[in-house]
Amino acid sequence: MARVKARVKTSSLGVKIFLYIFMALMAVFILGPLFWLGIHAFVTNWTYPNLYPDGWTFHWWTRVFDDSALETAIRNSLIISPIVVIASMVICLPAAYAAGRMNYPGRRIFLIGMFAANSFPKIGLFASIATLYYALNLMGTFLGVVIIQLLGTIIYMTWIPAAAFAAVPRNLEEAARDAGASKFRVFRTITLRLAMPGILVAVVMSFLASFDEAQGSYLVGAPQIFTMPTEMYSLVQNYPIQVAAVFSLLLAFPSVLLITLARKHIIGGQLAEGFQIK
Amino acid sequence: MSDQTQEEGLILNGLTKILGGRVIIDNLHLTVKKGEMVSLLGPSGCGKTTTLRMIAGFLIPDKGDIRLNGKDVTLLGPEKRPSAMVFQNYALWPHMSVFKNVAYPLKVRKLPKDEIERRVHEALGVVNLMHHKDSRPGQISGGEQQRVALARALVQEPDILLLDEPLSNLDAKLRVKVREDIRELQRRLGITTVIVTHDQDEALSISDRIAVMNAGKIEQFSTPQELYDRPETEYVANFIGSLNRVEGGYADGKVIPGDEIVGIRPEDVIYSATPTPGAFPATVSLVVPRGHFSEVYLKRDDVELRAFISVDVPRVGDTGFARVVKALVYKDGKLVRVA
Repeated sequence: MARVKARVKTSSLGVKIFLYIFMALMAVFILGPLFWLGIHAFVTNWTYPNLYPDGWTFHWWTRVFDDSALETAIRNSLIISPIVVIASMVICLPAAYAAGRMNYPGRRIFLIGMFAANSFPKIGLFASIATLYYALNLMGTFLGVVIIQLLGTIIYMTWIPAAAFAAVPRNLEEAARDAGASKFRVFRTITLRLAMPGILVAVVMSFLASFDEAQGSYLVGAPQIFTMPTEMYSLVQNYPIQVAAVFSLLLAFPSVLLITLARKHIIGGQLAEGFQIK
Repeated sequence: MSDQTQEEGLILNGLTKILGGRVIIDNLHLTVKKGEMVSLLGPSGCGKTTTLRMIAGFLIPDKGDIRLNGKDVTLLGPEKRPSAMVFQNYALWPHMSVFKNVAYPLKVRKLPKDEIERRVHEALGVVNLMHHKDSRPGQISGGEQQRVALARALVQEPDILLLDEPLSNLDAKLRVKVREDIRELQRRLGITTVIVTHDQDEALSISDRIAVMNAGKIEQFSTPQELYDRPETEYVANFIGSLNRVEGGYADGKVIPGDEIVGIRPEDVIYSATPTPGAFPATVSLVVPRGHFSEVYLKRDDVELRAFISVDVPRVGDTGFARVVKALVYKDGKLVRVA
């Protein structure tokens, strides 16, 4: 036993080196494509076997911003996603509160059912939704795209806030009632405030889910409504690769910004203290 | 008549509460005078917390009514009652500073800003926490959190203060200090107080009167001294202090055959190495050191009595003489005489 331990100890340097190499490989694997993308947004041309790009340019950016189809896609995405998130909050947060705080028959089935709907291949669901859309005249409409994206956010907007509401200690609410606050005021000043980190996480996840959604949006939106991800389909086929790179960066920008903001607010903010996240 | 209702702070009249098909509180009566401090004492599950929650308004009784300073409050929600509660785990709001925690009840009442500030400062001054007013609950110690919870209750100037096991989360040393602080404050402010506890030491040292509870009923309601000297039921005698419990009868300082239960406090068993009038011979069977005194087990025939001895502690195997100076005699669980 002791000998085994000793051997492990002597080889620990080797283990360390191996780990560093592994981490470096992982970094190349994960960051490499992003790096490639980032470079391509600014180069005139860069192809094998050239080690360096032929030249640098902002040409592709102006091309994206001058193209009315791309501009429309950006605008659609920036309008649709916030609407989806707000609609999702209005619909799902009361459900989340009920699931987290109340005990009613079928509560578990409701929550598990949410997962079940997400465990099927989405494209099949979208196809059958499409037939429904034709009947309801929602095909190719703004509302149709909003609804299809909304469906994808429901799981985030119910499960995460439900857990957050359930985690608020009851006696913190009781103490507020005892102090003279009405039920609604207790909800506003205590329950909601303490569940806020969870709700924020759900908002971020939902926004990203909606912003990135392509399958369903393409199926029910094209060719009338294009969002940034659905526009990518035609981009890859009809434009130079550099334009796609620029567009990818634009697509990533809101996500990165949102996660950075939320991270600061959730992990670093005062709200963390209530949850002992440190 | 009006004088009488003035006198009576809290009246619980025939309270009954059924939860999950079980009778938790069973036709309970209790009257707490204005300015009095009363303990609800009992083991877990005896219904003491349920009773407190009914007084606070978190539970509505199935039967009976609750009167506070002459007003029927039975059906009022907790936010409408002139009561303030200190929770067992303090229930401070982690997202608010100490100041904001204490200010919350006043903000809810829509008091002017300068009055809120004045009263919060006053309350924090009373519990000696002004220097922590901008801290968050997570940054201060358990004892300090407890005082914040107390300040949050006191700032409301309630008709009645409710304390739910307020000391159970503090360590032993701090517990004694805080309970003295609470008692001193309660006396000074003259505030009617009901405190729930399972700790008899706490109840005995802090209360004007104690209600000992058992299975949803009050077994006895009297002053700490009376409770100790004259426990009306065997249950109370066992719950408060230590007790030698012997089946038999009692006459002339001796346990005799009989069909009663004899309860003898260990401090009422006097041991001496030499014979004294009324004493019987006994052998020391076990000695347990307890710090400033020792618990000595004295055996004669099949009867074993515990005695508390602090000087000249005998050793196991010693033979000497034991004398009983006071005994409580119970029949069917009820006190029949004190001999």
